[in-house]
Amino acid sequence: MEITLTVNGRAQALELDPRTTLLDALRDHLQLTGTKKGCDHGQCGACTILLNGRRINACLTLAAMHEADEIATIEGLAPPDDPGALQAAFLHHDGFQCGYCTPGQIVSATGMLEEARAGWPSHVSPNLEAEVALDRSEVAERMSGNLCRCAAYTGIVEAILETAEQERDVEPREAAE
Amino acid sequence: MTARFTMDETQPRLLDETAQGVIHEPMDRPEGRLKVTGCARYAAEHVLEGMAEGVLVRARVGRGRVSCADEEAVRAMPGVLGVYSDSRMLQVPAHGGAGTAPAQGPDEVRYFGQPVALVVAETPQQARHAAEALQVTYEEEPGDFDPDAAGTVDRPDKRALDQGDLDQAMAGAHRTVDVTCTTAPQHAAAMEPHAAVAVWEGDRLTLHGTLQMLKHNRAELADALGVAEEQVRILSPHVGGGFGSKLGISAESVAAALAARALGRPVRVVMSRQQVFETTTHRTATRQRIRLAADADGRLTAIGHEDRVYNLPGNAFSEPTAQSTHFLYAGENRRMAQEVARVNRACTGAVRAPGEAVGMLALEGAMDEMAEALGLDPIAFRKRNIPQRHPETGQPYSARALAGCMDDGARRFGWEARDPRPAQRREGEWWIGIGMAAAARVNLVSPSRARVTLREDGSALVETDMTDIGTGTYAILNQIAAEMLGLSPARVEVRLGDTDLPPASGSGGSMGASSAGSSVFVACRALRKTVAGRLGCHEHELTLKDGTATCANRRARLHELAASGALSEEGEFRPGTTKKQVSQASYGAFFAEVAVNGVTGETRVRRMDGTFAAGRILNEKTARSQCQGGMIWGIGAALTEEMVFDPRDGHVVNRDLAGYHIPVNADAPPIGVTFLEERDDHACPIQSKGVGELGISGAGAAILNAIYNATGLRLRDYPVRPEAILSDT
Repeated sequence: MEITLTVNGRAQALELDPRTTLLDALRDHLQLTGTKKGCDHGQCGACTILLNGRRINACLTLAAMHEADEIATIEGLAPPDDPGALQAAFLHHDGFQCGYCTPGQIVSATGMLEEARAGWPSHVSPNLEAEVALDRSEVAERMSGNLCRCAAYTGIVEAILETAEQERDVEPREAAE
Repeated sequence: MTARFTMDETQPRLLDETAQGVIHEPMDRPEGRLKVTGCARYAAEHVLEGMAEGVLVRARVGRGRVSCADEEAVRAMPGVLGVYSDSRMLQVPAHGGAGTAPAQGPDEVRYFGQPVALVVAETPQQARHAAEALQVTYEEEPGDFDPDAAGTVDRPDKRALDQGDLDQAMAGAHRTVDVTCTTAPQHAAAMEPHAAVAVWEGDRLTLHGTLQMLKHNRAELADALGVAEEQVRILSPHVGGGFGSKLGISAESVAAALAARALGRPVRVVMSRQQVFETTTHRTATRQRIRLAADADGRLTAIGHEDRVYNLPGNAFSEPTAQSTHFLYAGENRRMAQEVARVNRACTGAVRAPGEAVGMLALEGAMDEMAEALGLDPIAFRKRNIPQRHPETGQPYSARALAGCMDDGARRFGWEARDPRPAQRREGEWWIGIGMAAAARVNLVSPSRARVTLREDGSALVETDMTDIGTGTYAILNQIAAEMLGLSPARVEVRLGDTDLPPASGSGGSMGASSAGSSVFVACRALRKTVAGRLGCHEHELTLKDGTATCANRRARLHELAASGALSEEGEFRPGTTKKQVSQASYGAFFAEVAVNGVTGETRVRRMDGTFAAGRILNEKTARSQCQGGMIWGIGAALTEEMVFDPRDGHVVNRDLAGYHIPVNADAPPIGVTFLEERDDHACPIQSKGVGELGISGAGAAILNAIYNATGLRLRDYPVRPEAILSDT
């Protein structure tokens, strides 16, 4: 079947087997191999992408369902030679080892930070109504859909917390300007 | 030129004299930018022109022979290009360092899930559909599926030791411990599934694979295919985790190569997560009996460590369960023995820290019990039993900071606040306790080669077929070359994972950093000599820093010295007699605080600390990550990880990541890692030892010892399930 997917702001026409998952479409047809396949069953999070700004597992959905959607992958977060703040923080805090789950972690963290900003509570949030105060346990809880067998969890949490703090520091200044 | 070095005597600590100051520094991984931007390409991501897709077909009986496969029906399906069951296809993976093909022949089924055919089609969707549709009939044969009831049990001589009289020592002891501990089968479950992309040009094969030890893998693949090694090139510049499961070649690489040859097209074969669980190596279950005898002074007089493991019939590997028990503690009367039950389950093999990862759980639990029986603090008891010499061979030890690690860790963790009486601290539903365990892992090195080139522009290139499976190889080889040649790390390029490059040790057994690192060191030492010669001085007078060579009153930029042509040296490192002169191991101590829920039986690890000594730490950041990762593996082993096999046919019941529970982010508490300053002069010329497996070697025991302190429940079966807590409370 013919389908047009809009990935990282670019619309691309594809000829696909209707059984093709969104993950396989990205990896095999668009050569966007930054999105990884770890389990193909929505159990590991390595294939996390942003679908209209929300994080999902690309292996659990068919490409054919997303003609009208905005899809963002790791390649769309920042140019390869100029990593964004979250990516730089992962690098500095050694939030990865083998690197295979890493794009999924970073895309997931991007979506997660947005959820926290929007006030979405998590299982460990003390209050369902209040603003979310991201701390170690909040980040660990919200990132537990992304497995890392190297178990770089300490660095992942540190990287995300540092990025969240930087953004908090920047936002009030921007608002004041 | 090739500079050869054999480790027959201790070497000067040159890396403490060099001037660049980058060795040991917590440098970011140089390949990290590729990984955080999604640009690092792993095996399956080589989408080649005209590539066909292969899917392995799994056996659905536990033992038997394939009598018939309805290939015609499948060949007629859309897009199908072929069905292959070549007699060269693998039954099992090669075990680490084998260098020859493992058992071949897909018609004979030896375990449930064994690959019996490969279906190749134009697209992955077509291939998967056809593979699932392939009707295979079997002549089923009875199998042995239960390690405890197996008909054939081997007792390998190499695992047997009888020194003194254990029984007599037990009979006459002041205190004894005689306990049985079990550990569950575990899987490496690396995040990147096994994958291969094979392409032939004439009679030369290029395989994009995900493998840990390329020089051995090349030999295994060539042997399996029946071609010369020179016809095979393997590329594995990025490996998405291995932990032992990619030490040897497995089914996908041979199947892809055979189909690619037959079709005259590139073929990609990627295992599903389920196939990774079913047909790559896993760690055996163990049943371990530990006997300890101590005198009234708290000195061990006897240690017994007997274990039962399993593997497929005829497979040479068996978990070296008692590996560290041989050298860790004193006791003149000693008995070690192993039984290997032959069962029709997927092949067992090396998973991170084979031996210590499970053996230390049993030993360190028993040591905790003995400390209590003696009324001694667990650390004081262990320190009292650190022998002066290897209790079996009489060898002296090389650097051995076990006591220092326990003392340092105790201070950082706040061990003195521990109440030795169990079940004293409660917070609501939660019982709180702390525990400790020693860490020990044998130190291994193996032959390794690397080429280092000082290029005309004064930058350096390091080339070896060594792999980086997340361990930090790109970083540490860069740092060794930068330190030795006086260059900023940005001026050093490291190329790995290509069998066209000089053959390295590979990644396995925590030997990669020291072995491959030493080969880079040896090559750089030869380059330093050349540079000194060009300056007209002796290498001992030479200082290399920031691209400038200085000796006496002479000074030159490296690019000037290499202007007439790049300088290149191949370094070869070989283990030598220092390996036999001393007993070498890395050591450490684990501390854990747990909360055990008295209502639900849930155990949460609240915090964990580890202090380690592993010789020179080459990169403090990547070494720390290795230890943290190992300790989290310890949490998995203690609380959640267990492969379940169906007793009727041996199939893996929980063959995915929803059923096999590796620790998630929320399971990992804050983890402190400290390295003690150490140089091990006997280990290798860079004075480093293995660190990648040390962090798991005993970690789980600290957790179970903490559970005892929290609850008074002495649990000896790993993993601890909530029902084990509840059934005893």
